[in-house]
Formats: sequence, C-alpha cells, structure tokens
Amino acid sequence: MDAEIQVQQLNAWFGSTQALHDISLDIQEKHTTAIIGPSGCGKSTFVRCLNRMHETLPNTRVEGKVRIGDLDIYARGISPVSVRRRVGMVFQKANPFPTMSIYDNVAAGLKLNGFRNRRELDGVVERSLRQAALWDEVKDSLKKKSGASLSGGQQQRLCIARALAVEPDVLLMDEPASALDPISTAKIEDLIFELKKQYTVVIVTHNMQQAARVAEFTAFFLMGNLVEFDKTEKMFTTPSDKRTEDYITGRFG
Amino acid sequence: MSRTRFHQGLDELKQKLLTMGGMAEQAVDRAVLAFQNRDISLCERVLRDEANINAAEREVDEMALDLLAMQQPMAVDLRFILACIKINSDLERVGDQAVNIAERVMDMVNNPRADLNVDIPRMASIAINMVRDALNSFLTADAEMARSVLERDDLVDNMNHEIFEATDFAMTHSPETHRDALDTMIVARNLERVADHATNIAEDVIFWVRGADVRHHANKA
Repeated sequence: MDAEIQVQQLNAWFGSTQALHDISLDIQEKHTTAIIGPSGCGKSTFVRCLNRMHETLPNTRVEGKVRIGDLDIYARGISPVSVRRRVGMVFQKANPFPTMSIYDNVAAGLKLNGFRNRRELDGVVERSLRQAALWDEVKDSLKKKSGASLSGGQQQRLCIARALAVEPDVLLMDEPASALDPISTAKIEDLIFELKKQYTVVIVTHNMQQAARVAEFTAFFLMGNLVEFDKTEKMFTTPSDKRTEDYITGRFG
Repeated sequence: MSRTRFHQGLDELKQKLLTMGGMAEQAVDRAVLAFQNRDISLCERVLRDEANINAAEREVDEMALDLLAMQQPMAVDLRFILACIKINSDLERVGDQAVNIAERVMDMVNNPRADLNVDIPRMASIAINMVRDALNSFLTADAEMARSVLERDDLVDNMNHEIFEATDFAMTHSPETHRDALDTMIVARNLERVADHATNIAEDVIFWVRGADVRHHANKA
C-alpha cells in the first residue's frame, strides 16, 4: 500500500495561537481516513492544510511538509491553485453556485481552466454526476434547474460531483453529512465507499459511528496533537491511548 | 458529551449481572449441600431458584440489547457489554448445572449408597470459588484475579477424571450400588462444567479489561 499523502511535522498557527503541533502521518492511497476529535482539536485545520486552504485565512502560518503523491505542496514555487486541482474539497454546508444550472455547477471548474470542448464537457458532467450518485435524479433537468433548487442531500452530492469533475487524486470532506437527514447521510456514506475505489478520501467527522462505517483508518486529534492513528476497527474496539478511549466512550469532550 | 445516562445504564447492567451471579453461585452451593445431606427439600429449593436465574438472564439480555441499540457503545464499553452478554449465558448454565446436581440427589435418596473414595465437597468448593473469584474479578475489573481462575481449571478437570475412575471401579466391583456411583459420577461432571463456566467468565473479564482474547490459549495477556 502506498501513502498518497505524507505529512511530516506539520505545524499551523492562527496568529500567535498554534492550532497544530508536529503532526506526522501517512494517508493511504485509495482508502478512506477519518479525522475525529472534539471541537477545536485542529481536525478541520489539518485537512485545510492538505490543500493549502489554511493560508487563505488572515494571519495564518504553516510549517512542515505535506507530500501529495510526488508533489511537495508547500515547496517554493508551487501554486495553491495547482494543489487544489489535485485535492478537491467538500464542506459541511453544501455550497452550489446558486445562480448556475446543475450542469454549469459541475462544469464550472473545467470551464475556469479553459476547457471548451462541448462534447467532452458533457461527458465529464455525466461521469461526475454518476460518480456522485446524482445522475439519475437530475439527468432530465441538467440545464433547466439551478443547483440551489435541489434538496440539501442532492446539493451536497452536486458539490461532490463538482469536486470530482476536475479529476483530483484526493477528496477532502469536512463534516459532509452533518447537516443531512439519515437517508441523505446514508447516500453520502455509500458514495464515499464507492469513491475510495478511485480516490483517496479524508473525512472530518464528529460522528464516530460514521467514521466507523466509512473509514479504514482513523486519526484522533486532541488540542492540536495527533493522539492516535490506526486501523478504524482497532481504534473503536481496543484503542492504545487512554485519551482515545475516554473520548470515544464519551468520558470527556 | 458526558454520557451520564449511558454510564448509569452500564452500572445497572453490571449490578444486575452480579446479582444473578450471586444467585447462580448460591444454587450450586445449595445443590452440593443437598448432595452431602441427601436433602430433598433443599433440592426443591434449587429447582425453584432456577426460575429466578432464568428471569434474570432475560433481563440482562434486554438491558444489554437496549444499550447496544440506543447508545452505540465504543471500545471498552463495547467490550464490556459483549462480555456481559456472554457471562450472562454462562451464569444461566451454572444455574442449570445446580439443577442437574439437585436432580441427581433426588434420584440418589432412593438407592443404596456406594462406598466411594471421592471428595465431591472439595471439588465443589474449588469450582464454587472459581465462580466467586470470576465474579469478583468482574466486579473489580481485575484481570489478574481472572487469570488465577483460569489456572484452577486443570485442577478441577483432574479431579473429575479421578472421580470417573473411582466410580467406574466401584460400579465394576460393587454392581449393587452402581446407581449411586453413576449419580456421583454425573455430579462430578456437573461440577467440572461449573468450573468451565467460571473459566469462560474469567476469559470474558480479561477480554473486557485488557482487550485480549485468551480463549483456547489464544494468547497470554
């Protein structure tokens, strides 16, 4: 098994507040890795460092190494935009472009990159929507309906399709199902299961049952530190660190 | 996310199981006393008590099932509930063994006593102590005490084997008292099973406390 993402001694700050302390871990290719931990533990900051989103906030700073495949994403001269083409991201709240049609939402990234071939674009939109398990529900209204007219669960899958359209290697998901009902959540979870055949998925979740269901590996963060990182079944049945056990059994947090 | 209600539920489950354990242990105690004194009324008491043990078994299962379904336990809590479900079934079987012994005693009072060189009370006291220590290790989450239970299982097995040989010898040489010898052989076998259940309980305690599977000498925790 190859490590798709190698993180070495990653540190991140908001102003003078250090949000991540010396994080080192390897994320396996074409597997799902869940990041769990209480609010403020640094899990969102961590994934935002994996596609250079952290630096978009004012007064932030990152130190350390992150390698995605053969790309050292913090190396001098690497543009954040090129990193984000390889590392897609889906957020807690679905954020389709409200005035665009379903089709244009998915095609937006490619069009921005100067992609103009109509027939190829049609193909990419269909493939992406199929991968996001949304195609059958929207194929008859691709250009008629706006992204905002879809249900919350459909909007989230639309955002996933949009992220997949540019063919990233890695998909980061920050609480992708926390605002969804159980049926939409189940669809997203099934989708994650399918996606990891082709993509490396990193998911931040507060829902430990969700982590247990979708991820082969789980990392537990606490106060900006990586406490434990192991196979998910090990983490949830016999964790090595007392703090992991206390957290997942609800004894603090 | 302090899960007070959930942890109360775990405590209640533990209490219920310990109460049931006390009942099962007492049933074996009574059955052995009935054996020593050939006491029919005590046998009937053991038979009546079994209904309470069975009722407790159902309650423990229900509590465990509810906690699993409603609280999605993790890690040590998950292992605890799994251990409880298994200990529950072993304790119910301990109660069954007490009933089996009582039934033998009820048969024995009708037959002439065999002259046997066997020490059932000593074997019983080891087996009952194993159950007691297994339950104490469960009470205090003491994997060391649980391990000490495992170590005594061979002793009881050997005693059972010796009693088998002794009763076999008696049956061959004094056929007129063969029925009493046969009943005694079965009582020894029942006690050997009690010790087996105590061993299972101790293994489940080790699994709960240490997360290690020590069944069938799988590994040494």
